[in-house]
Amino acid sequence: MPKLLEYQGKRLLKEMGIPVPLGDVASTPEEALRIATEIGKPVAVKAQIGVTGRFKAGGIKFADTPDEAKKAAAGLLGKDIKGARVNKVLVEERLDVEREMYAGIIVNDSYKVRSPVLMFSTRGGVDIEEIAAEDPDSVVSLSIDVLDGLSIEEVRSLVSRFNIPLPLISSLSEIVHGLYRVFRGYSARSAEMNPLVLTINGKILPADCRIVIDEASVFKHPDLEIDFPRDISREPTELERIAWRVEAEDYRGTGYFVQLAEGFGPGEGYVGFHGLGGGGAMLGADALMRHGLKLANYAESSGNPTASKVYRVVKLVFSQPDIDAFVLMGAMVANQEQWHHAHALVRALKEELISRPGFPVVILIAGNKEKESLEILRNGLSGLPARIEIYGRDYVYNVDFIAERVKELSEEYRRT
Amino acid sequence: MAILADENTTVLVQGITGREGSARAKYMIDYGTRLLCGVTPGRGGNSINGVPVYNTVQEAVEEQGPIDASVIFVPAPQLKPAVFEAIEAGLKMVIVPAERVPLHDALEMIALARRKGCRLFGPGCMGMVTPQKAAVGWLGASVDFANEIFIPGNVGVMSRSGGQTGTVVWSITRTGIGISTAIHIGTEPVIGTNFADVLPLFEEDENTRAVVLFGEIGTVAEEEAAEVIKEGGFSKPLVAYIAGRTMPSGMRFSHASAIIERGRGTAESKVKALKAAGAHVVDTPQEIATTLAGLL
Repeated sequence: MPKLLEYQGKRLLKEMGIPVPLGDVASTPEEALRIATEIGKPVAVKAQIGVTGRFKAGGIKFADTPDEAKKAAAGLLGKDIKGARVNKVLVEERLDVEREMYAGIIVNDSYKVRSPVLMFSTRGGVDIEEIAAEDPDSVVSLSIDVLDGLSIEEVRSLVSRFNIPLPLISSLSEIVHGLYRVFRGYSARSAEMNPLVLTINGKILPADCRIVIDEASVFKHPDLEIDFPRDISREPTELERIAWRVEAEDYRGTGYFVQLAEGFGPGEGYVGFHGLGGGGAMLGADALMRHGLKLANYAESSGNPTASKVYRVVKLVFSQPDIDAFVLMGAMVANQEQWHHAHALVRALKEELISRPGFPVVILIAGNKEKESLEILRNGLSGLPARIEIYGRDYVYNVDFIAERVKELSEEYRRT
Repeated sequence: MAILADENTTVLVQGITGREGSARAKYMIDYGTRLLCGVTPGRGGNSINGVPVYNTVQEAVEEQGPIDASVIFVPAPQLKPAVFEAIEAGLKMVIVPAERVPLHDALEMIALARRKGCRLFGPGCMGMVTPQKAAVGWLGASVDFANEIFIPGNVGVMSRSGGQTGTVVWSITRTGIGISTAIHIGTEPVIGTNFADVLPLFEEDENTRAVVLFGEIGTVAEEEAAEVIKEGGFSKPLVAYIAGRTMPSGMRFSHASAIIERGRGTAESKVKALKAAGAHVVDTPQEIATTLAGLL
């Protein structure tokens, strides 16, 4: 997920003129010590990871002295929290909280809205969905016309619906308006300050922020240094990083690959999955899982990709050495000429199957140039020492049959 | 009868001299669509596929008279100005096939379309086919293929997956049931026309007796379709299938819109909403055609 870490988000807020807590990011306990010394008061040491529920999982420590901050950093750095490795910590002045609030801008895809919606609540610290469900009166919102933009007066009149002292209204409006400028300037899907803290000294500061950049807009913002612009809410695997390069290096068609399981061994019944077309791949994966099969991965190619791109996707699927079957689930009568897929499959499977005697392969492919494609596959794959079954359009929506075949063949393969 | 596109619908193609644009324009013309002309800046005065090319949409409208729809085959970086141009020139229907369109560009296009009363399809929309009348976009792909699959009849089809729009139609027409209009609404996270907008059109169309909805995980499109039914905006039989029922959350699956996040977009929520609204939700795709046959 092109989700910015807290410290990256706060840098953007700061650039936009929004006051943020004193602090800096550290990669070593020594850096944490130096930053805490500079701050010169009690600090929070916060793991920089892209998962929610960080506090409960022990990812935030409080330290009264620089030495304690160093210790806290040493305890967090290198640790795995909810599956994410902590490479950096944010060392930040500890805020004396008078009250926690929420401000966020989230794109709403509802047909009645189709625009960014600014939300503000006098409560904060938990997800806005939860706040809205628990205490709807504490939340106000405003749909934004992106062509008109958002004026500071609109923000002011929105937050003025609550009993907030007048001097605070001005700074609050400026902060929220700044958030909108970050949202627009960095092509965000969502930008949230939660909690937005009012300190006992009457200052308003974002204690945490969550900014998610639109995957399709990452190329506009090289300064953000997002190396894996995919909507996945965990750290990418090595194969997923390679898959991203396959996609980025060849714009023709789509080649998509994510792993659904890792660390399995041979004979555990995991299937290498390659679907055709977004909807067809999903419904095909559903059928396999409905029949009790386990998917090692979800790969998909569509939009008339080149044979070389499809070949690389198939090779990625086979880079999971312990899969017990391969299925090409072409549950679609495709518009694209299917022979590019047929050629790619022949080349990749010839390379892979030679060393896997008896390995089950089930191929379903239909649509434009189907007859030719089936012929390419039947001729090209004949003589290989694998169990290969090839199906055409009569089975396109009979995915339960395909799933049964995969199941039976993989069970046979595991018995041998 | 049909919705949105028929034998009288006039169409222009922006980006008509490009690789995609020229191939898709040829398909539309061969299918019988009233494709009047194309636009490519700097290529005005030429002709391609037997239709004239203009430099701007405005010029095309001045020369040809009012045009109903534009299909825009322009790559993502030049896409927004091209869409703006079509909407500003007064076109009332614009189809945007491009995928991976920057979200804020899409939001601006949608905002302008709303202001000007233009029905925007997409981004990520392959278009629509009214069998033997018109193909607007590239749904159908080639005339032979489209003729084989799109048989005229009384069932409306709408889908979030381009490939599955044709596949659903194929699965229905091979059982002898024909189609009124089939529409791919688009794969992007925010789109200009959704199931909830299309259902009332099918409701009004006297030739449509039932509708098939192919949904996916992600967004609230299916839940909102259910709302339209509940509020009385659609009263004909609806057969629905939701793909991605077994997919985990927090990860997108192929289409940019197919992701369960922040608790929104689960298959369970969609199935539940549609069932509560009286739709016939089927568990496997092969049941779409059989269920439909029992309802007609």
